[in-house]
Amino acid sequence: MGTSFGRGGATTFQQDLQNADCIVIQGSNMAECHPVGFQWVMEAKARGATIIHVDPRFTRTSALADIHVPLRVGTDIAFLGGLVNYVLSGRHEFRDYVVAYTNAAAILRDDYRDTEDLDGLFSGFDPDTGHYDSTSWQYEGTDVAAAAGARDANYEQRVAIAQSARGETAGAGGPRVGGEPERDETLTHQRCVFQVLKRHFARYTPEVVEQVCGVPPELFHKVAEALVANSGRERTSAFAYAVGWTQHTVGVQYIRTAAILQTLLGNIGRPGGGILALRGHASIQGSTDIPTLFDLLPGYIPMPHAHEHETLGDFVVADAAVNGFWGNMASYLVSLLKAWWGEVATEQNDYCFDYLPRLTGNHSSYPTVMRQVDEGGGGYFLVGENPAVGSANAKLQRLGLANIDWLVVRDFSLIESATWWKDGPEIETGELRTEDIRTEVFFLPAAAHTEKDGSFTNTQRLLQWHHKAVEPGGDARSDLWFYYHLGRIIREKLAGSSDPRDRPLLELTWDYPTEGPLDEPSAEAVLAEINGFDAAGRPLSTFTQLKDDGSTRCGVWIYCGVYSDGVNQAARRKPGREQSWVAPEWAWAWPANRRILYNRASADPQGRPWSERKAYVRWDAEQQKWTGHDVPDFEVGKAPDYRPFEGARAQEALSGIDPFIMQADGKAWLFVPSGLIDGPLPTHYEPEESPFDNLLYKRRANPARSRFPRKDNPYHPAGGEVFPYVFTTYRLTEHHTAGGMSRWLPYLSELQPEMFCEVSPELARERGLEHLGWATIVTARTAIEARVFVTERVRPLTVQGRTVHQIGLPYHWGPNGFVRGDAANELLPVTLDPNVHIQESKAASCDIQPGRRPRGRALLDYVEDYRQRAHVIDS
Amino acid sequence: MTAKRTFLQWPVVRQAIGPDRFGRGAAVQSSRTAGLAPRTRTADRVVGSICPYCAVGCAQRVYVKDEQVVQIEGDSDSPISRGRLCPKGSASLQLTTGTAREYRVRYRRPYGTEWEYLDLDTSMDMIADRVIKARREFWEEERDGKRVNRTMGIASLGGATLDNEENYLMKKLYTAMGAIQIENQARI
Repeated sequence: MGTSFGRGGATTFQQDLQNADCIVIQGSNMAECHPVGFQWVMEAKARGATIIHVDPRFTRTSALADIHVPLRVGTDIAFLGGLVNYVLSGRHEFRDYVVAYTNAAAILRDDYRDTEDLDGLFSGFDPDTGHYDSTSWQYEGTDVAAAAGARDANYEQRVAIAQSARGETAGAGGPRVGGEPERDETLTHQRCVFQVLKRHFARYTPEVVEQVCGVPPELFHKVAEALVANSGRERTSAFAYAVGWTQHTVGVQYIRTAAILQTLLGNIGRPGGGILALRGHASIQGSTDIPTLFDLLPGYIPMPHAHEHETLGDFVVADAAVNGFWGNMASYLVSLLKAWWGEVATEQNDYCFDYLPRLTGNHSSYPTVMRQVDEGGGGYFLVGENPAVGSANAKLQRLGLANIDWLVVRDFSLIESATWWKDGPEIETGELRTEDIRTEVFFLPAAAHTEKDGSFTNTQRLLQWHHKAVEPGGDARSDLWFYYHLGRIIREKLAGSSDPRDRPLLELTWDYPTEGPLDEPSAEAVLAEINGFDAAGRPLSTFTQLKDDGSTRCGVWIYCGVYSDGVNQAARRKPGREQSWVAPEWAWAWPANRRILYNRASADPQGRPWSERKAYVRWDAEQQKWTGHDVPDFEVGKAPDYRPFEGARAQEALSGIDPFIMQADGKAWLFVPSGLIDGPLPTHYEPEESPFDNLLYKRRANPARSRFPRKDNPYHPAGGEVFPYVFTTYRLTEHHTAGGMSRWLPYLSELQPEMFCEVSPELARERGLEHLGWATIVTARTAIEARVFVTERVRPLTVQGRTVHQIGLPYHWGPNGFVRGDAANELLPVTLDPNVHIQESKAASCDIQPGRRPRGRALLDYVEDYRQRAHVIDS
Repeated sequence: MTAKRTFLQWPVVRQAIGPDRFGRGAAVQSSRTAGLAPRTRTADRVVGSICPYCAVGCAQRVYVKDEQVVQIEGDSDSPISRGRLCPKGSASLQLTTGTAREYRVRYRRPYGTEWEYLDLDTSMDMIADRVIKARREFWEEERDGKRVNRTMGIASLGGATLDNEENYLMKKLYTAMGAIQIENQARI
């Protein structure tokens, strides 16, 4: 979403789904995983909207939809690509919208080569390193010398950058585009984006969709026709997705395909339209905005890489766009450094820019765990996360934990990540012995949400405050308490140190007021720092006030305004029934309390709503400003006929018809000339483990995916009959993620008491599985057992003339808690999307056999036998 | 109490002679049930909150009596949830006050076979010492000839279940330490 539209967040809000004329839910089981949000889908249905659910399994979402489309796991790009082709070949695109608001008219360089030309590869691929050089994906006539020059200077460096999450820095804004791209608004130029798009998707025909996805053409046409009939001036369609899309080696490109489709249909920035990313943790959006992520600083400012950016000025030049709101990155970054190092950060010392540690590659959690296994030592904090059952190849996680010096676990209960040294699966098999494990483990009980003040950022970018109701009991403390006091103690211990490497810690602003019997730091004081202050210490009200001269301080520029006027805007709770459906006075959304992003696009280029039925914001010529139901996601006084003057930069360089204000050219990107690691357009590739070859290209899987072939992370070889089935993992309504917040609750444990696998009656017959009996599911990683649930909810599909059986596995269980069972994540290998380093949990291959799995040493022998037969060792 | 009165209070009699002929309300209510009040009515105060499970962001009302959370309900004021909670949100009273929660710091020493208890201050002091040591031990001033000023000895995982303010302090402190292997559930 970041690379397509400019910001890595849902473009709309849940309540607005009620205004959609058609809703496609794909890669999500919304009715079961986001049940309360699903009421807005039902509101839309009650108003006559068509609800479509595309999912391998028939779930309660499918039961409530008008159309359910079962498809083979891992083939969504082929399905969505088919829809793109249907739109383009039938001329169903919203032409006026596409010409004005997208990069369809931009002309590409003549050395660009498509996957159509190179049999599944884009131009710039280096087969030795597996990485792309994206130079040829640029627009014709644009100047990216500064960014590209610095990278070209050192090849090794470029590879390192590609391996890290450079792609994700586009989370809130396109990379720099300089110069004026050439455009052809007739969209007929052979090298314009529109024509390239047409050619790229031409082979995604209904027949191909059938062959790849197992979706019959009649069903495909039903979806295509509903979507097209419900898009345009008078009507809008919305998409909702969740981790069913992200957890693939081509996850980002799944979302890109939906973005292309929605953009072509003119559904972005308009009521009842958009793409809603459904997130699965209370503040997973917040922890990306304020990133506990290695490659980002707050507000999607990239973490600097080693040596590439010598000074703050170089860094900004290399990493930020000149045009659009990223043209002000220096102001955002200087204000952040001032928030962290206060008076010490001055123009003379580059605002302490050198206090930021530097990246040299991919430092995400899976490489970190492999480093723990290979090199060992050091410490690890697990804070409300349970990787010993919750991460792919869970055994690898535990082997990492067993090879470090110390571990701190902060949670409510004794989760598996806290007790693996005593009762983990490797103790049972004899691979580890408790007496031999040197890891020192600290378990610190955590405070619950009712025991602390703070804000969560929900799935629609909305910051909502929760108030402390009571003090936490015993030693339980908030994480705010833990980190504040840990920092305080470390600083006290280091006080007086003359070691230069201690200066960033000792000079850090770390003086939050504490309150109450437990010396709890004030969460509201932290929120005030996040919001920022002007030179006189007054709270800022919006990010346009930020300066690059050191006079403003702001911890998270996209959250600037959440504490405007010194009022906690996230704590606003004006009842919804007393407001419009937009409910602008309930809590606060980033940026600047805008609820539908890019909402300038809800009006035509002249500023009039595309239709009165879909009116949202409009240009009021009399008042010379944008008005409407929402805060305009646009400069409020910028007229539709504004055109940039010569030499204009930042937002001034965008015209009155450029709704995508974070993008360097103000346009939605159908084609992504810069910012993605694995290609400017989505292409169907098979998952890492798939029983099928890629029908479309010689390239079987995403050529740029991140693989980690090693003895403790074996992959299944292509094809083969030892692992003939496909499995996918999923959530249940009654449990939460890896179970840390549900398996210890009697109510929820009673509702879903046992690990199970969903199989079709046909597969049950083929393998002799009995309903409610036991089954063993096996991969090259290990084998787990589960109760058998024979159901027609998963049905075999016919793909390329063969029957493919799919198995569904909920992933909530583990050995601890009130209800126990094997963890589905034990089965998965680690293989990642190259842009965002998310593992492929939604598609892998396996075998299934009746009965329980072997115990102890016998389990290892059992799996080893499979590896031998599948020739895994040799691969 | 007279015998007649007692007889007239038998539920079946009340059902037969009173207005509640189907025995679904007043007729079958005992004096004990009549005297009961919902915890939501007897609470000392109600605190506005947000459900901690998924990212829909349902609003909750937390009812407190005698400094204990006694009930959690959906908040009908929310324009998103309109008072509804799913099974997990409805169970959040058990999440916050259930018997499975731990309230003491535990410690497993190297090669130890059982948990021990530690007091909180001691554990904080020990963790701080270990952070300082690991930070130094794994410090990298340069990597491949380029200045990096970082430590590879401290890693962290988690954040998506926490508050924004907590994530902010984590990122700020870790970055100042020079720790870069900081990750959360956004990629998992």
